[in-house]
Amino acid sequence: MDHFEVFGLPRRLGIDAAELQRKFYELSRRGHPDFHQGAPPERQAEILEASARLNAAYRALRDPIARIEYLVRLEEGRDTREGATVKPKAPPELLEEMFEIQEALQDAQASNEPGGLAPGARETLGARRERLLARYGEEEARLCGPAERAGVIVAFKESLAVRAYLRTVIDDIDEAVGEAREGYVSHRRH
Amino acid sequence: MSRIVGIDLGTTNSLVAYVDEKTGLPRVIPDRDGHALLPSIVSFANEGVLVGAAARRQLVRRPESTVYSVKRLMGRSYEDVKEELCYFPFKVLPCEGIVKIQIGSREVTPPEVSAIVLKSLKERAEAHFGETIEKAVVTVPAYFNDSQRQATKDAGRIAGLDVVRILNEPTAASLAYGLQRIREGVVAVYDLGGGTFDISILRVKDGVFEVLATNGNTHLGGDDFDRALVVWLLDDIREKHGVYLGRDLEAMQELRLAAEAAKIRLSADERTALTIPFDAFTYHREITRSELERLIERLVDSTVAPCRMALADAGLAPADIDEVVLVGGSTRVPLVRRRVQELFGKTPHSQLNPDEVVALGAAVQAHILAGGITNMLLLDVTPLSLGIETLGGIVSVLIPRNTTIPTNARELFTTSVDGQRVVDMHVVQGERELAKDCRSLARFELSGVDPMPAGMPKIEVVFLIDANGILQVTATELRTGKAAAIEVKPTYGLSDADVERMVEESFAYAEADVEARLLIETRNEADTVITHVERALAQGSHLVAADERRAIVEALDALRRARDGSDRDLIREATTAMNHATEHLAEIMMDAALKGALASRRAGEIMEK
Repeated sequence: MDHFEVFGLPRRLGIDAAELQRKFYELSRRGHPDFHQGAPPERQAEILEASARLNAAYRALRDPIARIEYLVRLEEGRDTREGATVKPKAPPELLEEMFEIQEALQDAQASNEPGGLAPGARETLGARRERLLARYGEEEARLCGPAERAGVIVAFKESLAVRAYLRTVIDDIDEAVGEAREGYVSHRRH
Repeated sequence: MSRIVGIDLGTTNSLVAYVDEKTGLPRVIPDRDGHALLPSIVSFANEGVLVGAAARRQLVRRPESTVYSVKRLMGRSYEDVKEELCYFPFKVLPCEGIVKIQIGSREVTPPEVSAIVLKSLKERAEAHFGETIEKAVVTVPAYFNDSQRQATKDAGRIAGLDVVRILNEPTAASLAYGLQRIREGVVAVYDLGGGTFDISILRVKDGVFEVLATNGNTHLGGDDFDRALVVWLLDDIREKHGVYLGRDLEAMQELRLAAEAAKIRLSADERTALTIPFDAFTYHREITRSELERLIERLVDSTVAPCRMALADAGLAPADIDEVVLVGGSTRVPLVRRRVQELFGKTPHSQLNPDEVVALGAAVQAHILAGGITNMLLLDVTPLSLGIETLGGIVSVLIPRNTTIPTNARELFTTSVDGQRVVDMHVVQGERELAKDCRSLARFELSGVDPMPAGMPKIEVVFLIDANGILQVTATELRTGKAAAIEVKPTYGLSDADVERMVEESFAYAEADVEARLLIETRNEADTVITHVERALAQGSHLVAADERRAIVEALDALRRARDGSDRDLIREATTAMNHATEHLAEIMMDAALKGALASRRAGEIMEK
């Protein structure tokens, strides 16, 4: 049973968040272990398993990005994230920029300056970070914008990959600059 | 279904509660004297074990064998807690695995000490209902890890209780509030207790209490406020009287209790005075609320970062929070209330007694589990990410933090060497990249793998976090479909055999019977009087005539002899005689002390101007 089937929903990107939550609460009320404490042990094990499945499904579908990742996996017939046959690649020009930034970060950290960064490095990194964050927003907009299922899977995969690379390098910069600033995206939305 | 009670097993105080069938409302069960709070203190004596208020009275008298704040040690290793051990008068032994406390020639573990507190509450509930109580919901800080939860469950087993649910304290509080006070919306529960801090963000809708995110610090609470004040007082005493009392166990307990009491008074008053009689001198000091606030400001401020992280994980801003609820005795501190109000921009709720609200919520959850409530449901989360150690010591996260529980993750394992029959895995909890920086939970050993070329066996391991937030692991060999044998070696826990043995041994720690308890208390009172008289003689014997002094010394000898016997009436008579013999001396000394106190107060007032 896939995550969409758990909720009795068609396999699609657009899901009404309020409707999904309503169904989640309704199914939880019916199947939560709290309401089946008197059941025999085998039945309790089944209830626990079903409850874990429901929670996993809700987690995967309520977040738009996680939902896309899951849908891409489903379309490719994969069960787990690790099962990817071909790792999606980021565009070459982005990869190049990433290497540059990683190098700059290493240099900056090895500079032994008080405060950890060479003079000017903070500003340069900050500016780069802003640019990357803007690009991150674009990719996210592409992912969450109106789209139809068939042709977009490839585009989605690319966007997801680019977004993941961007996330990594932005986090690296944040760590070097020493503060999580506005635009912080929690790891819940991986 | 049999009755289930709700228990708040706190750092400082513990309580037991139930839901009244007639009103549908939760109620706390008081003890025979009408007290709801049971101090979480256990004192070990030859005559038996003292619990609660009786044990509290032993803190100064028998510091080495009176254990308090043991919740700070639950599920922890010596390495975790060694920094704070200097504050505890009882001896914690350096050892592998979970910590052990040495009491005389015996060693006890934190779950055994907690079990004694739980047993006392169990008996209180049994006396109330006139029936055996075997099941309980027990609360823990939301940010407790697997080992700390398991230790709490073990404590229940040792006490003869089936812990049917380990419940997070802030969510318990939200259930208690939800029953009567909270409307629908997003709620932040700020829970600062005696030793732990939690922040939980929940969405309440249609009777469902869905936790969106939780964060906290299992080593931050009112105890730390007291310590900050004690350290400051130690400095002040050194400056004024030229002595450092930091290594005097009895003096430290007196200071700690006086600091705690002063802190509590300063929540209502702007200033308060401390007077502590020591052997060589009597310490007197005024302290203002702003002085206390300067001492604890850094601690209070350190609760803000976890709040921000919980908000970020929930994908919310402070303005999205509809209601803020305060839980835990330490939220009575005005500075704490101010910080919470600043952070969330709204006046927090505190209508329900912050000491009782967690126990009341535990009773509500117990009633849900017993089938008594069907329109409320709590959906909680796991506070920490769960992962396994992979090559190079890197953690591979299987279940991220703030995942709704119950939840599970599947992972395939295989062998790396031909003919390998055993596969190991190391499970950790935490947010760091490297396994060594996370909390080691357990090492699992999958054995009985059929010898095959490397990489051929396929063993599916399911990691399930149940509704208690506790990990269960099962393994299946996929080719055969057989359950694989799995051996768990908890890093900081008790094995089943340990727990079984402790259940047996727990009878050795039976609460002292009424007769024994009265004897201990009478002796205790005699000891206190003896100390006071010795102190008075040392400081003021020149104030009375020689024959009066002789009478006092004789009464003192008589009291010492009686105290060493076991005739309670005789000890009490000798104590009364002692008090009588020193009445005059006490009066004279009280006058002298008052004069001294007034003089120093005047000096203080002049200094402030």
